[in-house]
Amino acid sequence: MHMRCKELLSELMEWSFVQLELGLYLDTHPEDLEAYNDYINACDKVNHLKREYEAYCGALSVCGYTPVQYPWGWIETPWPWEIEY
Amino acid sequence: MWIYEKKLQYPIRVSKPDVKMAKYLLTQYGGPDGELSAALRYMNQRYSMPTKKAKGLLTDIGTEELAHLEMIATMIYKLLKDVPLEVLKREGLGGHYAVHNSALFYVDPNGVPWTATYIQAQGDPVSDLTEDMAAEQKARQAYEQLIQLTDDPLLKDGLRFLREREVVHFQRFGEALNDVQGFLNSKKYY
Repeated sequence: MHMRCKELLSELMEWSFVQLELGLYLDTHPEDLEAYNDYINACDKVNHLKREYEAYCGALSVCGYTPVQYPWGWIETPWPWEIEY
Repeated sequence: MWIYEKKLQYPIRVSKPDVKMAKYLLTQYGGPDGELSAALRYMNQRYSMPTKKAKGLLTDIGTEELAHLEMIATMIYKLLKDVPLEVLKREGLGGHYAVHNSALFYVDPNGVPWTATYIQAQGDPVSDLTEDMAAEQKARQAYEQLIQLTDDPLLKDGLRFLREREVVHFQRFGEALNDVQGFLNSKKYY
């Protein structure tokens, strides 16, 4: 895996975690506006990073921001357990 | 439905192969309070939850538990990578090899297969959420024991992350339980 992809993936994992954690918090605090605004910010970061990662490193999901390349690139990029983080 | 993303929730790294530790980690793969139990317990209980907070939380934590199952599998995969059969035999995975070769399986460290009796669904939201809180504490305890069992700082890092998640889930389930109790009291049906 290219260095740039590792860096992008690491940043994406961090922001995805922020988004997930705020999501759980908002499940039980749906009217916390400050947390909601943090969630909007995290969601924006995640979407931006996904777009960049998928354009440069390959698909994260089967129909993400960038379609999977031909010939079927979904099976070509490493699986999460195969990556040296 | 679910959409798979080709990434882990948190990066998993190990310093060196470690057959014994891979075996111990099976408790969080196919053991009573492991990640499979957690994901299946929460995903199944959400259908009988009376409040929107509880339904949302069980869906989202259940989904996160599947990501934790993948992290545990990754730890075991990396700890066993390129380990010769002789070492597997010597370090305690000979029995596993006899049955499963190098495949991962939903068993605990003693080879006991996962069973639905590990989880509960009572249909009473107070009973179910209280069971979920206990399950999170038992998983927190398991991670502390696993952290004590290894001296690998990289593996400890991933285990610490997972331990912390159990603490957060416990807190969120407690909030959902308060919400459910408020809802039930407002109905005054007993």
